[in-house]
Amino acid sequence: MTIELRIDGVPIEVEDGATVLDALQLAGLDTPTLCYGPNLTPVNACRVCMVEVEGSRTLVPACSRPAEPDMVVSTNTDRVRHSRRLVLEFLASSVDLSVAPGVGAWLDEYGAEPSRFGADRATVGQPVKVQDDLYIRDYAKCILCYKCVEACGVDAQNTFAISVAGRGFEATISTEFDVALPDSACVYCGNCIGVCPTGALMFKTEFDMRENGTWDEDRQTVTETICSFCGVGCSLELFVQDNRIVKVLSPLDHDVTDGHLCIKGRFGWEHIQ
Amino acid sequence: MDIQLLADRPTAEERAAVDEVLGPPVSSWDGARQRRPVDEHVAFGGSAARAGRHLLLPALHALQDAIGAVSRGGLNYICERLTIPPAEAYGVAAFYHLLTVDAPGTPVAYVCDDIACRGAGVADLLGELDAGREDGTRIETSPCLGQCHAGSAAYVHRPGVPAHRVGVAPASAPGVLGALRGNAPAQAGAIPVPQPVTDRRVLRRVGAVDPASLDSYREHGGYAALAWAVERGPEEIVAEVEASRLMGRGGAAFPAGVKWRAVAGQPGPRYVICNADESEPGTFKDRVLLEYDPFAVIEAMTIAGLAVGAATGYLYIRGEYPLAEERLRAALDQARHAGLLGPVSMSGMFDFDIEIRRGGGAYICGEETALFNSIEGYRGEPRQKPPFPTEAGLFSRPTLVNNVETLVNVLDIVSEGGAAYAATGTESSTGTKLFCLSRDIATPGVYEFPFGITLGDVLEAAGGVTGELAAVLVGGAAGSFIGPDRLDTPLTFEGARAAGISLGSGVVMPFAVGTDFADITRRIAAFFEEETCGQCVPCRVGVVRQGEALGRLTTGRSRTDEVALIDDIARAMRDASICGLGHTASGAIQSAIALDLIGVS
Repeated sequence: MTIELRIDGVPIEVEDGATVLDALQLAGLDTPTLCYGPNLTPVNACRVCMVEVEGSRTLVPACSRPAEPDMVVSTNTDRVRHSRRLVLEFLASSVDLSVAPGVGAWLDEYGAEPSRFGADRATVGQPVKVQDDLYIRDYAKCILCYKCVEACGVDAQNTFAISVAGRGFEATISTEFDVALPDSACVYCGNCIGVCPTGALMFKTEFDMRENGTWDEDRQTVTETICSFCGVGCSLELFVQDNRIVKVLSPLDHDVTDGHLCIKGRFGWEHIQ
Repeated sequence: MDIQLLADRPTAEERAAVDEVLGPPVSSWDGARQRRPVDEHVAFGGSAARAGRHLLLPALHALQDAIGAVSRGGLNYICERLTIPPAEAYGVAAFYHLLTVDAPGTPVAYVCDDIACRGAGVADLLGELDAGREDGTRIETSPCLGQCHAGSAAYVHRPGVPAHRVGVAPASAPGVLGALRGNAPAQAGAIPVPQPVTDRRVLRRVGAVDPASLDSYREHGGYAALAWAVERGPEEIVAEVEASRLMGRGGAAFPAGVKWRAVAGQPGPRYVICNADESEPGTFKDRVLLEYDPFAVIEAMTIAGLAVGAATGYLYIRGEYPLAEERLRAALDQARHAGLLGPVSMSGMFDFDIEIRRGGGAYICGEETALFNSIEGYRGEPRQKPPFPTEAGLFSRPTLVNNVETLVNVLDIVSEGGAAYAATGTESSTGTKLFCLSRDIATPGVYEFPFGITLGDVLEAAGGVTGELAAVLVGGAAGSFIGPDRLDTPLTFEGARAAGISLGSGVVMPFAVGTDFADITRRIAAFFEEETCGQCVPCRVGVVRQGEALGRLTTGRSRTDEVALIDDIARAMRDASICGLGHTASGAIQSAIALDLIGVS
């Protein structure tokens, strides 16, 4: 069954059960998203995909709102642009978004000026957590999108090593009592890295290369292959720079992995270097 | 579920505290120290243990009560018992301000420094307490403790079995220090209900009925409404509530009859929740009802359970209201013994019982969907609506949530009939309303008036403003300031809407000329910074940016820039936040600026 709704005056037909975001994508509209992931349950926490829906008092998160018949959605109103701009300014003024893909273009598109909140504004700046050789956690880059918590939990790994702890601006992603990762329930599947939209979670290899100034995406190639550790058949994307593997992802739309791997596929490649 | 626990083991004391809530463990699978032969062959726990997740917050409270902290070993034991990953349980514990996860347990006094108590020498009190406190005790400031009529207040928690939990209001240094040592507070002062009983309806039993006695409640007409309700049945009860045109008294003013009808029409199981998490600064009306007329709240919840077909009700009470909680627990016991709860045996039988859930110091948990998450054992973060609670609320089941005052109104609606009830008040605001008067007023307290009375007449009835009136805060921190030229504003839902304000929870807080409004508005901004859950970006960062801009504004920096910035922030919070906290976090500050109360020009 399909339903029809109007987006910026244009009728769009979507499958029943589709979200407003699905409809926006079908309409060819570029919608900023951060906490949304195609392989995760929407948490609608970042509020950057907000749209105006006729009859709704407040704006509506496109990522989680089911499309309804005859819904009238506007994406380019003053209200929508204002909210998106402010949300981007809130994030860019409090979080280090320097390596977050796509965000720079959105800041330009919505005319965001994070500096207008003053030079002595509060930020989530804090030291990087380097607790092992596999990946690092730089919560100065964390926008609290919940994606890592979801990937660690019921959306993928069912390990539950991390949760949001604390409250408000002080809230952070944390293990129980902030114990170090090797002492926590973490199984190093790295699925949190795969979904992190800001680079707060990063392969140690990438982190070290960035520190040394040798990280260069223009010199990287991506090789697709199938993981050879077991018979599941997970698709791997090997990011290679200077003939060395520097990180491993899996395509989000791959029907075996949904973008998720285990410790072997994600990190088990030192022996071929 | 395969979960990895911490290596830390509970002490005997911690184990006993948790077992008091969860019962003894069934087997070594869920925490028993002895492994029985059968445990080698049969697994216990599993989904049955996980179904107890709603006991997480009570179990955390039990640890906090016993040892003054949520220790590693204690948390680990709860996780073992309920099959909860430690990281999740830690995330829940760290959400609540009354739970301590980062320090050893000590007696602690939370001293109100919020807007009502702020004028009354709170800095002196804090200084005296800091100088006089014994080593190994803590003094912390607190948002409003719902004792605003007293002008100063503290909530003291001294760990032990049982814990010593008391409110001290008014709060003197000797009184608070004594409570920290475990002394019972001096006899409570007069009940803050100044009107003669003949002028009160919802409040008419307050002070007259013995809150510890079911017999006394019955002598004052108690349980007549339930008898009527049992006789007439669910359909007629809902019809009367609809006919009354009762609007919710918790702040959002939603028509109660619409909720009751919607929940009753959904498939079961259904739940009823009494929202007694009264935390809006300046509000103490629900506390007065809970402390002085607890059976009325229980009877009204029972009627609601019967009407919508719910077998279980939850009463979610603010953690800082120990006296109300104690009286409610005693009242629940008496009602159960008398066959008025559990299986309710009146002329017709039905099942309904009430569980109390204690909040952990989080304003946001008064938001109904955050309240569901809190009861279910998750962080008290609001959910995006739709779906609405009437369809998918507590445990994703249809749920009726009403505020304490709303529910108590139902007793008269049932007894008199909805149409007769609606004869009081105005067309769109029926019945009476409780108003909480505090701060610069001659006789602070909870007042009850038929809807239609003006702001000026409310102030007059409470003896008038002490000093020359500068502004009135209507609706609390989530409300707005209104100037002395607007005293003719009728305090009805429609009158408030027309005036661009909200009645909210019924706070009417006058401020006299000479008030340091820069300080007051900064405290309001700080309140939202402390209380935002942090889930959505507009609210989590917006309240911080608002506080910073207000700080610059009130210390004499560029007025135009900062005011425009605050307006920009407010608009995004109002449009894009998940819940009402973000939507309303700027109203008081923007109205104070518009009225030029901050005095930077």
